[in-house]
Amino acid sequence: MSPNLILVIVVGVMVGSGVTLVLERSLTRILIGFVLIGNGLNVLFLVASGPAGRAPLIGIGEGRMSDPLPQAMALTAIVITLGVTAFGLALAYRAYQLTGTDDVQDDLEDDFIRRRAERDEVSTTFDEALPDEAMPDEDYLDNDDTLDVGVAADAETSVGEENRR
Amino acid sequence: MNHILEQLVLAPVIIPLLGAGLCLAAGRSAAVQRIVSIVTLGLVVAAAGILLYRSDAYGPQTFNVGGWPAELGISLIADRFSSLMLIVSTIVTLCVLLYSIGQGVVEFGRQTPLSVFYPTFLVLSAGVSNAFLSADLFNLFVGFEILLASSYVLITLGGTNARVRSGTIYIIVSLISSVLFLISIGAVYAATGTVNFAQLASRFAELPTGISTVLQLLLLLTFAVKAAVFPLYAWLPDSYPTAPAPVTAVFAGLLTKVGIYAILRTQTLLFPGDNLRTLLLWASILTMVIGILGAVAQSDVKRVLSFTLVSHIGYMLFGIAVGTELGMTGAVFYIAHHITVQTTLFLVAGLIEYRAGTTNLDRLGGLARLAPILSIMFFVPAMNLAGIPPFSGFFGKLALMEAGIEDEAGLATLGVVAAIVTSLLTLYAIAKIWNRAFWQPKGEDSPDVSQVDTGSWTPAGSLHGARGVGTKTQRATAWTEEREEKRLPRGMAGPTLFLAFVTVALTVFAGPLMSYAQRAAVELVDRQPYIEAVLNR
Repeated sequence: MSPNLILVIVVGVMVGSGVTLVLERSLTRILIGFVLIGNGLNVLFLVASGPAGRAPLIGIGEGRMSDPLPQAMALTAIVITLGVTAFGLALAYRAYQLTGTDDVQDDLEDDFIRRRAERDEVSTTFDEALPDEAMPDEDYLDNDDTLDVGVAADAETSVGEENRR
Repeated sequence: MNHILEQLVLAPVIIPLLGAGLCLAAGRSAAVQRIVSIVTLGLVVAAAGILLYRSDAYGPQTFNVGGWPAELGISLIADRFSSLMLIVSTIVTLCVLLYSIGQGVVEFGRQTPLSVFYPTFLVLSAGVSNAFLSADLFNLFVGFEILLASSYVLITLGGTNARVRSGTIYIIVSLISSVLFLISIGAVYAATGTVNFAQLASRFAELPTGISTVLQLLLLLTFAVKAAVFPLYAWLPDSYPTAPAPVTAVFAGLLTKVGIYAILRTQTLLFPGDNLRTLLLWASILTMVIGILGAVAQSDVKRVLSFTLVSHIGYMLFGIAVGTELGMTGAVFYIAHHITVQTTLFLVAGLIEYRAGTTNLDRLGGLARLAPILSIMFFVPAMNLAGIPPFSGFFGKLALMEAGIEDEAGLATLGVVAAIVTSLLTLYAIAKIWNRAFWQPKGEDSPDVSQVDTGSWTPAGSLHGARGVGTKTQRATAWTEEREEKRLPRGMAGPTLFLAFVTVALTVFAGPLMSYAQRAAVELVDRQPYIEAVLNR
């Protein structure tokens, strides 16, 4: 059995575009990317099910019938993608409600390490740093709550604001 | 009677789904929801117990859904390994459910249930059971999706800022791994024309080595993301600690183990031989060492525990990588041991949070004096996790290390060294929590937590989300409650204590459990009982 080249290319393009979108920062784009990949994979199942044009039922048409199993799988995958997309959209909207943007936020720990590194740089060249710029960061850093992931709702909002800027 | 017992394999999947439906229908009454979910999970535990007995006594139990032959339809199978996973996971799930009921009642009164929690929790349990029992790749995918979809809901429960932030990362990573899984299924079907495990087992051998290696790698990659194996673990310590305590506990106990289960099942059944041995050994060594180094560096109880979770996944992977009968025995034993111990520790972390208002080690102290029972509940499973001799963790590690030394290859010996180092560092990380949270008196310079944050005394990881969710009346009751001395509520402490006893019981009955694990390993390495049970009905 040789697969249909056009379908294979379609799968490649859809999954490729999907991966590009998933690498974006905005949750909505990530979701669109996920939907693209999911649909591309449904086409992949079509490729896996063999050549087109065979009868769907035994006894109709001549020769072999088409394979129903990949179609059942694609159907299941479509349903799952639908449900997950709905949840993802709700999540994106909730993120937008909370922070004013649906961007995926930085990992708190990463953010913390980065800021610590920045502070070290500032402390070595402290004389050159403008105090006005240094102030808000210092405030944020002195707030030890930020390490305690759950409690630091306020601190996180400020991270969100940082991202927006 | 026998006929009914044969259909029992279906019960752990179908009963929780029915229960979830009933719970949703009874969304207005928290009491009905509680009763329904407890009864449901109780029934599932009973069914899993019977399955455990029958699969050990009579060989693998199978059931073809809808009467379709296994090659065409969906078939479920409970062999010794599946049944053991099933019974341990359902007992743990039941305990966590009781714990969450205790937490909900104490913190928010009887009138404020979060009506979606119990149904979702039951669906999660159905998904886990389905993944353990599935006899084909696509049904395994469906099981994964069921448990993942409900885990998305549970990890963002309440929709607070912190949970949406960490939940987003978890959800995106899970989506990617689901997509990878779908790609591997499509590729497997295109290459072999089937997704049934029993058929795949023979057909992979007929494929050219290149193609079967690609498929093996694809499946391994998919499950490694779920199991949080070394290069793919970064999502876990970041997303778990923010969720409510019971949710984190059940995730830590079950979800990564489902990934490990899938790795073990596919690598032994579909790809026997040591094709990817070197890769698996390196992955297991790096997972152990890097995970535990992460744990040592953390200063929050939940984060330390999340990293030890990652690190101990490496032990199970090591057993799979060694691939001998003894290695498998160790892995099977270790999974059963680790599910209970890790869940207990996360439940205790929830209790610490309840009792002291935080899990940050910088602000904890003197808990051994304030809450002696809590200290014991932490100490026993913690020592168990570190593998101190009388406990079951020691036996699991011993079996794994023996398997590594018997193997005689250089890399396996390196793995044994890594396992010992990891064990010692686990002890160090655990001792750090013990010293700073329980043993040493609270530092005078550290602020008294309960007075800093009076507006939201509720633990950040509580069931309903930290801030802004509670109504005024709840805050008012919280105020009065705060003035009284906080005691551990029985509803939360009871299940935790029970699970702590289960970890001790695993130690007491380590002999029978180890011989059971060995029988399961024989079955896994042999492959034939599984294949025959699926195909010859």
